[in-house]
Amino acid sequence: MSLVTETKEVRENDEFEQDVSGLSASDRRTIPAIEFQEVDLAFDDQVILDKISFKVRRGETKIVLGGSGSGKSTVINLILGLIKPDGGRIIVDGEDITEYDDQELMRVRQKIGMVFQEGALFDSLSVFENVAYRLIEENVDQDEIEHEVRRMLHFVDLDDAIDKMPAELSGGMRRRVGIARALVGNPSIVLFDEPTAGLDPPTARTICELAIKLRDLEDVSSIFVTHEMNNLDYLSSEYAIVDEKGDVHFLPEGDTLCLINTEVMMLRQGKIIFSGKDEKLREVNDPYIHRFIRGK
Amino acid sequence: MNPITKFLLEVQDISLLLWRAIKGLRKRPRYFGEIIVQLDKIGVGSLGIVILTGFFTGGVLILQAFPTLEVYGAQSSAGQGVATSLIRELGPVLTALMVAGRVGSAISAELGSMVVSQQIDAMRALGTSPVRKLVTPRVIALVVALPLLTIAGDMFGLFGGGIIALKIYGLNLNVYIASVKSGVAFADLIGGIVKPIFFGFIIGLVSCYKGLSTTGGTVGVGLSTTNAVVLSSVIIIIVDFFLSKVLQGVFSSTLF
Repeated sequence: MSLVTETKEVRENDEFEQDVSGLSASDRRTIPAIEFQEVDLAFDDQVILDKISFKVRRGETKIVLGGSGSGKSTVINLILGLIKPDGGRIIVDGEDITEYDDQELMRVRQKIGMVFQEGALFDSLSVFENVAYRLIEENVDQDEIEHEVRRMLHFVDLDDAIDKMPAELSGGMRRRVGIARALVGNPSIVLFDEPTAGLDPPTARTICELAIKLRDLEDVSSIFVTHEMNNLDYLSSEYAIVDEKGDVHFLPEGDTLCLINTEVMMLRQGKIIFSGKDEKLREVNDPYIHRFIRGK
Repeated sequence: MNPITKFLLEVQDISLLLWRAIKGLRKRPRYFGEIIVQLDKIGVGSLGIVILTGFFTGGVLILQAFPTLEVYGAQSSAGQGVATSLIRELGPVLTALMVAGRVGSAISAELGSMVVSQQIDAMRALGTSPVRKLVTPRVIALVVALPLLTIAGDMFGLFGGGIIALKIYGLNLNVYIASVKSGVAFADLIGGIVKPIFFGFIIGLVSCYKGLSTTGGTVGVGLSTTNAVVLSSVIIIIVDFFLSKVLQGVFSSTLF
């Protein structure tokens, strides 16, 4: 059994456990993974988000584009409950988390994997301890932790880095360890906060491939915050498949397959100025969007 | 924001942090392992500087007091003077100031760096409460370690005073020990242990608060560290005055 298939099977088991709470698997698929309803946020007089509403469907990747200070990362912090909105509702996996206290948010956060801009690895812990962090906190059996950590490091192609300290890793490796850490516990939602910022193009491509694998092979819903157009090109035009040997291949969409599980949302000054497919984004007649896409 | 509002907001935030740290004790996981690690870092790690500080403080007390006592022919009371000064005031306060400098700065810098590198956000995103994991163990370790360090500081202070009295002024060691014994009351010992418990709380809370409220990148970490040490030290000296007054009332001792 390939590692990818194994992950999927574990997730299916998780879903079965969640079904006991009252909803069938097919019912659950109709509930958006993330939903914002008229969300407002301001710091003092500065408006950060202005009544924004959007949904991320199950298995969908929402690419959030925007310049610096447009409110992209704030969207992620709101989903994690790290900050509270001034108005509107935030619904994660069918639960309205808007009024949740810290204790309830801790439970919701266990369904979410978060990949930070610089990796945000714990400096005092080894790669193994970083990736195993969530499992160690949950007092999971040592053998199971070891198995899970090795599986996740294999997924991000960093099997040899298991005993290294974060200071010994390159920028790209830190992000990949951050992705492995976020995926432990098989979260159904993964949030990427500019995971390719400051990386060279091949490494950035590797990070995007990991996001594509999660979307197409693991059925993970995700938000991918970025301001780099290369990321948009990869994520919205390529898909991943596994061959008979278990090897993963990335193919461009075309006549045989058109990606319907990736959408783009563009923010500017706290407002959504575009939402839809990447092809539509390129056709929009808006000077700001034109400048953003072409860089001039 | 005017300074009074800012001060009141900081007091509110520190009080909330204290409340959440206490609440963290009731819930699982309790991080006993982390408390042991911090006890080692804070307690064992600070023992050297506390012993040195105590030894030379005891020594300098004798050095300054002995010539004056000699004028009045009261050399035999030298031990009493060192004991009361050290156990009631200098021991707890100096130990707390040394620990504030060494440990308070380290805690603030560590937590501040974790904030600016998003490690605190990562911890919360991974379903762990930073207060329960980082603040509660550090505060508990300080509250436990500081009284023990103070006792060590006091003992080495008395020892240092005895050595100086013997070697420089030729005072008989038995006279010095008898004087120390006569100068120390039960109330002094209790006071000398109660004060460091409060000081441990102050250092832990202020340092953690300053670390966790760091903003402005690496420059902010430096600022938080400085503020943590300065604020802890000032609060320790102010609280020492009020604690002495309260202990005076409790034990009805005019010398507190």
